[in-house]
Amino acid sequence: MKKVGGRFTLLAVVVVLSVAFFLPSYPAVFQTLPPWLKKVFPNKGIALGLDLQGGIHLVLEVEEDRAVEIAVDRSVNAMQDLLADKKIAGASVKRTANAQITLAFQSADLKAQIQKALEDFPAFSENAAAGTAATLVYELSDGEIKRIKDSAINQALETIRNRIDQFGVAEPLIQRQGLKQIVVQLPGIKEPKRAKDLIKETALLEFKMLDESNKLSADLPQRVLKGQEDAILKQYEGKIPEGDQILFEKSLDKDSGREYRTPYLVKKRVMLAGDVLSDARVSIGQFNDPYVAVTFDAKGAREFERITEEHVKKRMAIVLDNTIYSAPVIQERISGGRAQITGSFTTQEANDLAIVLRAGALPAPLRVIQDLTVGPSLGRDSIEKGIQSTLFAGVVVVLFMAVYYRLSGVIADFALTLNLICLIGSLAALNATLTLPGIAGIILTMGMGVDSNVLIFERIREELRQGKPVRLAVDGGYDKALLTIIDSHVTTLITGLALFLFGTGPIKGFAVTLCLGIAINLFTALVGTKVVFDVMNRHRQTERLSI
Amino acid sequence: MIEILGKTNVDFMGRRKIAFVCSGIMVALGLLALVQIARGAANLGIDFAGGTAVQLKFDQPVRTDEARAALERNNLDGAEIQEFVAENKLLIRVKAATTIEEKVADRVVAIFSKEFPSKTLVVESSTEIGPTIGHKLQEDALIAILISFAGIILYIAARFEFRFGVAAAVATFHDVLAVLGLFYALDKEVTLLVVTALLTLAGYSLTDTVVVFDRIRENLRVRRRDGLEIIINNSINQVLSRTIVTSLTVVLVLIPLTLAGGEVLHDFSLALLWGVVVGTYSSIFVASPLLVIWPGGAGKLLKRG
Repeated sequence: MKKVGGRFTLLAVVVVLSVAFFLPSYPAVFQTLPPWLKKVFPNKGIALGLDLQGGIHLVLEVEEDRAVEIAVDRSVNAMQDLLADKKIAGASVKRTANAQITLAFQSADLKAQIQKALEDFPAFSENAAAGTAATLVYELSDGEIKRIKDSAINQALETIRNRIDQFGVAEPLIQRQGLKQIVVQLPGIKEPKRAKDLIKETALLEFKMLDESNKLSADLPQRVLKGQEDAILKQYEGKIPEGDQILFEKSLDKDSGREYRTPYLVKKRVMLAGDVLSDARVSIGQFNDPYVAVTFDAKGAREFERITEEHVKKRMAIVLDNTIYSAPVIQERISGGRAQITGSFTTQEANDLAIVLRAGALPAPLRVIQDLTVGPSLGRDSIEKGIQSTLFAGVVVVLFMAVYYRLSGVIADFALTLNLICLIGSLAALNATLTLPGIAGIILTMGMGVDSNVLIFERIREELRQGKPVRLAVDGGYDKALLTIIDSHVTTLITGLALFLFGTGPIKGFAVTLCLGIAINLFTALVGTKVVFDVMNRHRQTERLSI
Repeated sequence: MIEILGKTNVDFMGRRKIAFVCSGIMVALGLLALVQIARGAANLGIDFAGGTAVQLKFDQPVRTDEARAALERNNLDGAEIQEFVAENKLLIRVKAATTIEEKVADRVVAIFSKEFPSKTLVVESSTEIGPTIGHKLQEDALIAILISFAGIILYIAARFEFRFGVAAAVATFHDVLAVLGLFYALDKEVTLLVVTALLTLAGYSLTDTVVVFDRIRENLRVRRRDGLEIIINNSINQVLSRTIVTSLTVVLVLIPLTLAGGEVLHDFSLALLWGVVVGTYSSIFVASPLLVIWPGGAGKLLKRG
């Protein structure tokens, strides 16, 4: 007589644990529990994948080379300032390659002076072979390039995290993947396009002076239709003075609904950049039009005061990502470290602008290399269909087993139910994310559960046909089927593990449920049903078995 | 006792020549599909090939040809359009290497909003995948497949003997190719989910083969006098009712999934459905005959028996 008490207790414990872990994922019931009881439960549970609840999955790549160029451009500015400070005139500084700066000067005797001055830039080293008598070539060291690229990614990660935090998304996932990729997952988001724009915007805010002294400035057309920008740039190609560029201001004709662009001749030199901002808020102006009020930090405020003082009655362009928002005339010196960014935008646009300004600029533009967006309605559809077909399939199988194997089939159905409860319970315990392929994995495991029982029952039938008494037949059936079941489960487990280790995204979700399911299946098929048979055969010598 | 099959005594091994012809055709088609995939000429899903897919739901029906005309008027050629008639849904796919820069998804939505102003639309899902990611996924999938095959051969070789391992692996590969061939013949898209299905059915087909092999091993040990072919035939007949019952239940599960599981699960279930049929067939008609025709004859199990 085999002991069954221990195995029964084990089964009961497993079921109770499974239910305890799963309940928090089922708010309809969970919320009705009294608070003291809720505390007893582990509070997480199964999360729904993006395919089931809707949301965005983005893989972004930082344009590292641009990050290096931007850093080098900044150094170019600093070098120009430095040369001006040291009263070294007649030298031009330009970025001539990705990480290369060339300084050209008129008289060769300036060379030593410039070399001396540039000792302040230890990240750059002179490439003597590339220079001539009247030029000096400086290059960024490889180590420095690597450092810039690396910090660009970390900074981008940080910036995106800030922006998402301020945008307000429940349980976002933002992480680095590999060397230069960033994965952003925003489950259950309602306005995917807006969120994507918010993430992708470089948000590089710059204050630049208009070049009104040049004749070209007056020649530029008042405004052109949107889409004509390239034509304008082409038209004036070669006529733009060195150190200047043409940038466009957006405007909207409210009556016709047409969008226009106004070209301005702007000095390339950045007077002040967005990294000196300490705050940005949306305010409503006197004509009910929203604007963004920015506050500078102490250093920025001083700089801003100095710049405005030096450029009274001149126009300053407020440039965000190479688009002019406005180009007001500086009326007087502005102290106090405040400025306003006006422009034709809606309250929502102003809001988003304030968010990106507060969160800071990205160190370089981002490229989207993968973008999966699932609307909430499709998610609901999928979940309903998935559950419906799972239930339907389940009912069909349960009925089939009960009809074909009668009482033994019912016992197998009990094992199957046990299987499902344990599987869902352990998914919840692992805080796994349930995806559509995951549901498919569950269904497949159920199929394998049925197969184990079929194997055992067919073996028992064979034993019975040979005229063995019921108890011996049951034991023999289980023993002989055991090896087959283990072999078949292990081979499937090997597939599952390979999928888990090397698969990505949806494949991984499938692999998790498959591997868990197989392990649980072995348990329920070999322990769960056997214990019932043993109880049935315990006290009396059973004459016939309903199988 | 309800039985679908009573005691059977079918000469499976005697029909192996017919079976080999059938298998040959399926494998050939599968190999053709494999070559086409490698050449990039097969119908690969955008998760492998890179590109954009947008699924739109309208409040009124939009016909496929209207949609195509609208896209072409706006210079968006080469889009594949799939219609889910019952739900007024359109799935628009653009495969191209460079799409990600141009924001094709936004363009598609803009075109439909402009061309069909009277019909409101909802973007149900949009997917954009850069070519590098697609390439990485292809590699990952291939590695996963190779690793699992190696693992399986090793395990079965250890549990049985080497030729059992090879026979099981060949049979499994046969099944994967057969399903791939079917997808190629039907011009169905090979997506990440389909690859998942292929791996699943590989697992299923293996289970099936292992069950048959197990019985062969058992009989080889007990019955010393019978020839290999007779033992294999008997073993298959002995497990036949299990094979049929199990396959039947799995098919019972898969049919509702194929018919009502929604567009996402349809191809997945179809692949599995065909995989189950072929998997059952292959453990009887591919894996087992391979043991018979394996050169060299007796292995360690046979010597003992």
